[in-house]
Amino acid sequence: MTDVPSPQGWVRTEDAPRLPAPPNTTGPVGWMLTNLFSSPMNSVLTILGASFVIWIAWGVIDWALIRGVFTGEDREACVAVPDSGACWPYVWAKFHQFVYGFYPFDQRWRVNICFIVGAVALATMAMPSLPYKKWNALFLLVVYPLMTFVLLTGGNLNLSSSTIYFVTGVLLFSSLVVPLAAFGIEDGIRRNKPALVLAGIAVAIWLVSIFVSMPEIAAFGGYISIATLASLVLLTAAAFFSIGHRASTRDIAARSALLGWVGAVSAIIAVLVLVTADFGLVQVETQQWGGLLVTLVVAVTGIVAALPLGILLALGRRSKMVVVRLFSIVFIEVWRGVPLITVLFMASIMLPLFMPEGVNFDKLLRALVGTALFSAAYMAETVRGGLQAIPRGQYEAAQALGLSYWRMMNLIVLPQALKIVIPGIVNAFISLFKDTTLVLIIGLFDLLGIINASFSDPKWVSPQTGTTGYFVAALMFWVFCFAMSRYSLFMERRLATGHKRRGI
Amino acid sequence: MAQASAQKVEKNEAGEVAIQLLGVNKWYGEFHVLRDINLSVDRGERIVICGPSGSGKSTLIRCINRLEEHQSGQIIVDGNELTNDLKRIDEVRREVGMVFQHFNLFPHLTVLENCTLAPIWVRKMSKADAEAAAMKYLTRVKIPEQAKKYPGQLSGGQQQRVAIARSLCMNPKIMLFDEPTSALDPEMIKEVLEVMVDLAQSGMTMLCVTHEMGFARQVANRVIFMDQGQIIEQNSPVEFFNNPKSERTKLFLSQILH
Repeated sequence: MTDVPSPQGWVRTEDAPRLPAPPNTTGPVGWMLTNLFSSPMNSVLTILGASFVIWIAWGVIDWALIRGVFTGEDREACVAVPDSGACWPYVWAKFHQFVYGFYPFDQRWRVNICFIVGAVALATMAMPSLPYKKWNALFLLVVYPLMTFVLLTGGNLNLSSSTIYFVTGVLLFSSLVVPLAAFGIEDGIRRNKPALVLAGIAVAIWLVSIFVSMPEIAAFGGYISIATLASLVLLTAAAFFSIGHRASTRDIAARSALLGWVGAVSAIIAVLVLVTADFGLVQVETQQWGGLLVTLVVAVTGIVAALPLGILLALGRRSKMVVVRLFSIVFIEVWRGVPLITVLFMASIMLPLFMPEGVNFDKLLRALVGTALFSAAYMAETVRGGLQAIPRGQYEAAQALGLSYWRMMNLIVLPQALKIVIPGIVNAFISLFKDTTLVLIIGLFDLLGIINASFSDPKWVSPQTGTTGYFVAALMFWVFCFAMSRYSLFMERRLATGHKRRGI
Repeated sequence: MAQASAQKVEKNEAGEVAIQLLGVNKWYGEFHVLRDINLSVDRGERIVICGPSGSGKSTLIRCINRLEEHQSGQIIVDGNELTNDLKRIDEVRREVGMVFQHFNLFPHLTVLENCTLAPIWVRKMSKADAEAAAMKYLTRVKIPEQAKKYPGQLSGGQQQRVAIARSLCMNPKIMLFDEPTSALDPEMIKEVLEVMVDLAQSGMTMLCVTHEMGFARQVANRVIFMDQGQIIEQNSPVEFFNNPKSERTKLFLSQILH
């Protein structure tokens, strides 16, 4: 340090000392000085902003807590106090209705079980440190929906014969398509003749049974015809033929595709048996559901269905196959181009006109399908944004390693793409959650709807009832949405491994 | 030169041919990027492809594992002709490793996971076997200690060595290198070239698009010069550098060798 640097030929002889940071640049004081009071103008803005926040917060606290009425039997308690704030006795009295709607009193334990099991399963799923994620996911996505369906409706579904025909038809069709898809058409026909012949006969019998009436037997409530049963038996034989044949070869991909298909078929049959079985539960019509229950059912179903559908649509829109791409584009643009209210009106009023006679879907189910498809279209565009952000080199590296399209997407592209669009996905979830309030217009009472309806109860009419009700509605919506938002931020931070260097 | 390559093809019908390109043409829209490419590569042969930018070098080697589609002519890799048959393409890709200019490591996976992914999902190896093999190759490229890190935490040279290890984990018969050192800082080029030299000495069939002429002199059996989508000249490195035949080759060499 003693040397004075001259223009050339200077060498440092000792290290410059490491000094502590200047005072008031670190710690809480330093933080405040840099962030809140860095200049006179900023200090003024900070003080103005803080006073505004305090003013608003004080207004809420004053209204809700200080002037609020907490006890009472009916409206008198809230009307009697001059200049009173929130009318809480009304909320206490109506809270059960806010949560369950008009679900029968003695059956509400069923809703409670669904809430509690759902909350626990979701919490264990959401905590990254807990083990058994695969089983947990399987429970949440397969067992839990079935369980809630049976518990909430009472199960014992009376399926019409046309529904059974439809389901078996789809299964039979898949028994022809899956082996061909698994082996490639040429190879599939060559190697899989016995199974294909059996499946073909099954389809023939099934088709004939549509035109020729055949006696029906007692299984499935007397709705399954001998023809359907015969074709199902043939189909099963075909499936075992293919599996047995494939098991001897080493073509693992083809075998796992077939096994997956057999699994899917048995799962569908299991679901049919489960929803038609009689568990001795009282039937509860969906008209009686309401409040938070309806909000959660619509929102959760929409969210769970929209993400996978949206991913498929996004992949479809970027597919090289023209038909797939065209279908995805048309689907997305049609659903995005229509307001949700229109979709709901269509679902509740127009859809029944197109249905064959005797087929009558539940109103809530129609709303569910409508919102799920609607949000799938939005989700598709969000996911597509993420897909576009993945550099082409990632696709090429995956292809060069010999990964198939679906492996490449599942292992390489989607994990990165979805991570990028977590904010967008959660944004869609939150807006879907709040859009459920629109089901009110087709006569379903969601949380907001039921609160709205409760204002007309003469027992609780007071100047503060409306404000308090809306305040509670806002608070409950906010709690759910804020939780989603915080969890997404947590996941973003947790998954931030990739594109940033050393987490800077 | 067309005559010479025709002779080459004939000669190799008896020997072991790894890659054979016959009259390959490719267009990007109206633009003719590859023009009448005839090339035969023997097993264990190491070929360096050079040429000015836009001459179709990268396109050529990307056709060999079908990252690009050719429109006419035949490409036969390890006995499989590349057509629209997806199964053939997958078979070829399993046997052909590729190293890219920009590494293209998977940023969401650790170095070890990058290396074991394809062996587990494509080769159906058990996780333990795949990890053991991956550690072997990571040791070979001299970075076993980075196995648990993410690619974003490594330097460019380290990333490229991981990319080479990732390809080797699939046990490929042929390795393609697409300008593997062009995106690296000068001080990192050497560490990558060392790994490539080591690989060449182990008898791997290699096709390298590169401007590293020292590397070409040291390991190549043949140097191929491309310009405007055609093979202009091919020769042994000694002949190629000391006694270039074509004017275009001379001009190119005078520009890159100082």
